[in-house]
Amino acid sequence: MSATDLTIKPTSEALLKTSGNAGVRPPRNYAQFIRWMLLFGGGILMVMPIVYMLSTSFKFPFEVYNLKLIPEEPTLENYQLVLEDGRFFNWFTNSLVIAVLTTVSNVFFDSMVGYALCKFKFPGRYIVFIAILSTLMIPTEMLVIPWYLMSTKLGWLDTYWGIMFPGMMTAFGVFLMKQFFETVPDDFLEAARIDGLNEFQIWWTVAMPLVKPALAALAIFVFLGNWTAFIWPLIVTNSQELYTLPVGLTTFSVEQQVEWELIMTGAALSTLPTLVVFLIFQRFIIRGVVMAGLKG
Amino acid sequence: MATVSIKNLVKSYGKTEVLHGINLDVADGEFVVLVGPSGCGKSTTLRMIAGLEDITSGEIHIGGELVNHREPKERNIAMVFQNYAIYPHMSVRKNIGFGLRTSKASKAEKAARIDEVAELLSMTDLLDRRPNQLSGGQRQRVAIGRAMVRDPSAFLFDEPLSNLDAQLRTQMRLEIKKLHQRVGNTIIFVTHDQVEAMTMADRIVIMKDGHIQQVGTPYDVFHKPTNKFVAQFIGAPSMNMIEGSLADGIVTLEGGLQIPIDTSSTHRGPVTLGLRPDDLLVSSQDGQFEGQVNVLEPLGSETLVYVSVAGKELIAKASGRTPPVLGSTIKLNAAPENMHLFDSATGEALQ
Ligand SMILES: Nc1ncnc2c1ncn2[C@@H]1O[C@H](COP(=O)(O)OP(=O)(O)OP(=O)(O)O)[C@@H](O)[C@H]1O
Ligand SMILES: [Mg+2]
Repeated sequence: MSATDLTIKPTSEALLKTSGNAGVRPPRNYAQFIRWMLLFGGGILMVMPIVYMLSTSFKFPFEVYNLKLIPEEPTLENYQLVLEDGRFFNWFTNSLVIAVLTTVSNVFFDSMVGYALCKFKFPGRYIVFIAILSTLMIPTEMLVIPWYLMSTKLGWLDTYWGIMFPGMMTAFGVFLMKQFFETVPDDFLEAARIDGLNEFQIWWTVAMPLVKPALAALAIFVFLGNWTAFIWPLIVTNSQELYTLPVGLTTFSVEQQVEWELIMTGAALSTLPTLVVFLIFQRFIIRGVVMAGLKG
Repeated sequence: MATVSIKNLVKSYGKTEVLHGINLDVADGEFVVLVGPSGCGKSTTLRMIAGLEDITSGEIHIGGELVNHREPKERNIAMVFQNYAIYPHMSVRKNIGFGLRTSKASKAEKAARIDEVAELLSMTDLLDRRPNQLSGGQRQRVAIGRAMVRDPSAFLFDEPLSNLDAQLRTQMRLEIKKLHQRVGNTIIFVTHDQVEAMTMADRIVIMKDGHIQQVGTPYDVFHKPTNKFVAQFIGAPSMNMIEGSLADGIVTLEGGLQIPIDTSSTHRGPVTLGLRPDDLLVSSQDGQFEGQVNVLEPLGSETLVYVSVAGKELIAKASGRTPPVLGSTIKLNAAPENMHLFDSATGEALQ
């Protein structure tokens, strides 16, 4: 894949376009009808779990195993229970702090490394880049053991830092940012160099604003990834107070047995921040693309 | 304001040497244009002066001081790039003020300076716009403004006009020249357009393959080219070159035609006779050359005539009102003092 292949322009342009001519047109022919049906089916499959999650969150325990979508006796009691339970708030805060810190760290460091790899010609930079990329091929499951051993040795078990450290920088983020910095002309940086800025200032005041759409995309990926992360937080934490939301929710029960209606309520509540993040940064992405379009 | 002096400048990328010892002295306040075909090393030279490329060997002095090991910002120069390099995420005011970021002047002083520059470039009413709301020419003016705002000792321009359309280029050319007359800073300007070079420069530096071919005023390089390359590079359409041999003030051309020539050279042997189309006129009486008209290119006030003379195609100029007839046989005449003579072996001009 070449440097210029990786761009979010096409999809966002498509986004802009569809919003331009709203209104559903009838299918043009049989093949298209089938395509639509398939996509529709796929869409239903994707949405179903979410619909069930929402529906269950409004049910009383006796109705949970009744698969009807509309509860016979809808209730807000679950929400009241979950929100009043201190644990939910505690886990929510943990997840939020961790996801925000990792996102900030990724946006800062990934782009810094990506910038250095892209714009500085130093010997061995290609090897460094390949080394970083090659870590993308190792699945999380395989890394969990070394991470765990490391955390044990360094006393990071059951700490915020222990949960966060594997995700503070990602190879994917470095790769993404490096590709985007390729689109920033060297002249921009050289002009700033002549005007007397140091390399850090050039990166921060000239290069970074020009890749805002990529930063927004990266922020969304990283935030979502960490907000929903499960395996590693489960392994590295022992005390309930340090659980992240996904880990906590699986053990969520008020009495002895697992109470699905409460878990679903917690899950429904936990999607809110991701929605907010997406709405904020998506605007950025589209605005960035519009700006880039006008420039050319 | 400052002099720029380059001594034996060499640049290598790995094992390939792309500049082979450039020597150039630019006087204080002088407008020097580097011109040459693509890949001849103009940008490299300019970027080395700016401090954007390492110097392999040689010396660069700005204002009498050796700057080889100085950072770009310590050289007090400003550079304008081909694609403007103005920042799309900043307003025009911010862009122009960008060069002042590191200056210690107060906010008010900086604002006053920006206004002054904007005034000079007559773009005061554009200060709050974004670059994407500007035309190409206006963007280039912003880039020039950003360079001017620090009042640098020398301006470096790298093909700043080549992204503009022909009309705008002519206009900006004039503006830059006027600007230079007004502010009087030293300017080193790179272009591959010989018309730009001729019209703007105090002195032209013609480069080829990492060597300087000639340094001289527009008059010099046009009327007294030191070699075949310069003679053909400057002037459009380019100079006609006819092979022949010289003996005792007479050039015998390949077809056997003998042309008496105005020269003091004692050189004997193969030479190349150079004749500018402007000096090769269609004549109704007699002329040194005779041939058939192949193609006519009317340019309005004059007509370019392609004539085949003894198997060689020459370009001549005729009047725009009464051009010769296509296919007819015509005579061409050139004054001996307008003929250029080059040693065929070395390409050097013979006096
Ligand atoms: N980074 C580089 N690595 C290797 N060779 C280079 C590099 N930059 C330039 N060159 C070579 O140096 C020579 C001079 O390049 P330069 O950019 O100075 O040409 P130029 O005269 O500005 O041409 P143009 O009119 O096309 O801009 C060219 O042959 C080019 O291939
Ligand atoms: Mg160049």
